[in-house]
Amino acid sequence: MSAPIQLRSDETFTLNVGPQHPATHGVLRVKMEMDGEYIYKAETVLGYIHRMHEKMGENRTYAQFLPNLGRLDYLSAMAYNHGYVLAVERACGIEVPERAEYIRVLTVELNRISSHLVWFGAFIMDLGGFTPLMYAFDDREAILDILEGVTGARLTYCYHRFGGVYNDIDDDFIEGTKAFIPRMRKALKVYENLVTKNIILMKRLKEIGPVSAEMCRRYGATGPVARGSGINYDVRKNEPYSVYNEFDYDIPVYHECDSYARYMVRMDEMEQSLRIIEQALAKLPEGPIMPAKKPKIIKPPVGDYYQAVEAARGSFGIRIVSNGDKNAYRMKLRSPTYSNMHLFDEACRGMLIADALAFMGSLDLVIPEMDR
Amino acid sequence: MMTETIKQSLEELFPPVETAAAPAVEESTDQDAADDKKKAAATAPRANGVITSDYQACGYHVDAQVAPEQLLAAVSKVNEAGFFIESITGVDWIADNQLEVVYDFCRYDFDLCRVVIRTRTDRANPEVPTITEIYSGANWHERETHDFFGIKFAGHPHLIPLLLPEDADFHPLLKDFKA
Repeated sequence: MSAPIQLRSDETFTLNVGPQHPATHGVLRVKMEMDGEYIYKAETVLGYIHRMHEKMGENRTYAQFLPNLGRLDYLSAMAYNHGYVLAVERACGIEVPERAEYIRVLTVELNRISSHLVWFGAFIMDLGGFTPLMYAFDDREAILDILEGVTGARLTYCYHRFGGVYNDIDDDFIEGTKAFIPRMRKALKVYENLVTKNIILMKRLKEIGPVSAEMCRRYGATGPVARGSGINYDVRKNEPYSVYNEFDYDIPVYHECDSYARYMVRMDEMEQSLRIIEQALAKLPEGPIMPAKKPKIIKPPVGDYYQAVEAARGSFGIRIVSNGDKNAYRMKLRSPTYSNMHLFDEACRGMLIADALAFMGSLDLVIPEMDR
Repeated sequence: MMTETIKQSLEELFPPVETAAAPAVEESTDQDAADDKKKAAATAPRANGVITSDYQACGYHVDAQVAPEQLLAAVSKVNEAGFFIESITGVDWIADNQLEVVYDFCRYDFDLCRVVIRTRTDRANPEVPTITEIYSGANWHERETHDFFGIKFAGHPHLIPLLLPEDADFHPLLKDFKA
């Protein structure tokens, strides 16, 4: 795979994909050096939607920075909320009531399914199939309605708070989620019959976009990209946080290292998230959603703190360097797609351009999260 | 388990030396001066070396501070132990007139161990060696750190702005940056 690519002709040309291109899912640009239909070299150009969230983290108090987290990965904002509040709670030693942690897990897992549904619809559309997008967005709509009722937002959630959550879930949420689980299971069956076993899809994805486990390690790929390469790594299991230890669920791992493996990981993950939601609803404890005692002003002691969570796209890490002030001294956001996309330049060499775009879709890119 | 192994491996970079006896702290009757001294001691940059951190409190197991010349050796050890690269970032310690580069590593297996390698460089002429030869994924992280802090990664194959505009000549995460 890392063997030098033989030029087929003595002439190459530059193809500019993006920054406005449907396959890049946002404002991402890839400069491709083409040898006919084959990619000789690719260079990804980032930064079109860079907003410097890390500087905002230094200029704002810890509470004021909360809404920023919903604006990194707009498809799975809840996991980013979760990572940030966990990091600050670790730094300040805030105890979280059990009910609040259960509610956090419920909302994060619902959000994970809705994020995978967008990826599913958009990915199949990349490959030329329009219909699944309609099904996927219909099912996603049900999740957005459930989450909107309790958080007040449809995408850019700011629901988790230091010590707990913003408000308690109501009967509408519980009933809605209970009704959603069988609906989603039925939908997953439909997707399997309509898309997963489709021969055209298999031909487009199988043995396309090989990413070896060693390549994942060199680039720091996490999430479904790593799990599609036979790496059994999920922060929820490897570094348990919140109450994930109390549920029985599996981490889907595929060893084929191709785009189809990454596709299968995400499809299986939706079922696993449903299992977590089911158990969390059944075990949901009564009690407060905020701790009785909590510092009024968040001022973590001097030091630096790291917290990772499993977002829909991989391991989201946050490093807070505190000098004891009410603003962070340094706020580093480690986003998963940044590392996952980085290996594209190396992996796509020698690929047909149509395959490379399918490969890019299987990496599940969210540009605002890469550019921060 | 892994924590001990990697700690010992990194400690090899720091052969034991005869440390001179620490100068006795002068007794001060002035309460304010004593407080100031305590504060200075707490915030002063730590000496190079490896320490085991309290994972529950700070989220990583091994914290190694190395000199820039030792960086490649330290990262190679982490690489040989099978860690993957999590991220690279900088911190501007303007009071010490230093820039810190922080490297995060983690493992894919269930032998959970997070390793932090830090190195400090002079703020006026910040330069550390690149680790792209060892971890290809360091490429973008180093370019980003160069964007934000102006730290030069000697030997980096393509050190041009990544997230900032291509003609950017400013470094927004420096503490004395004025927009």
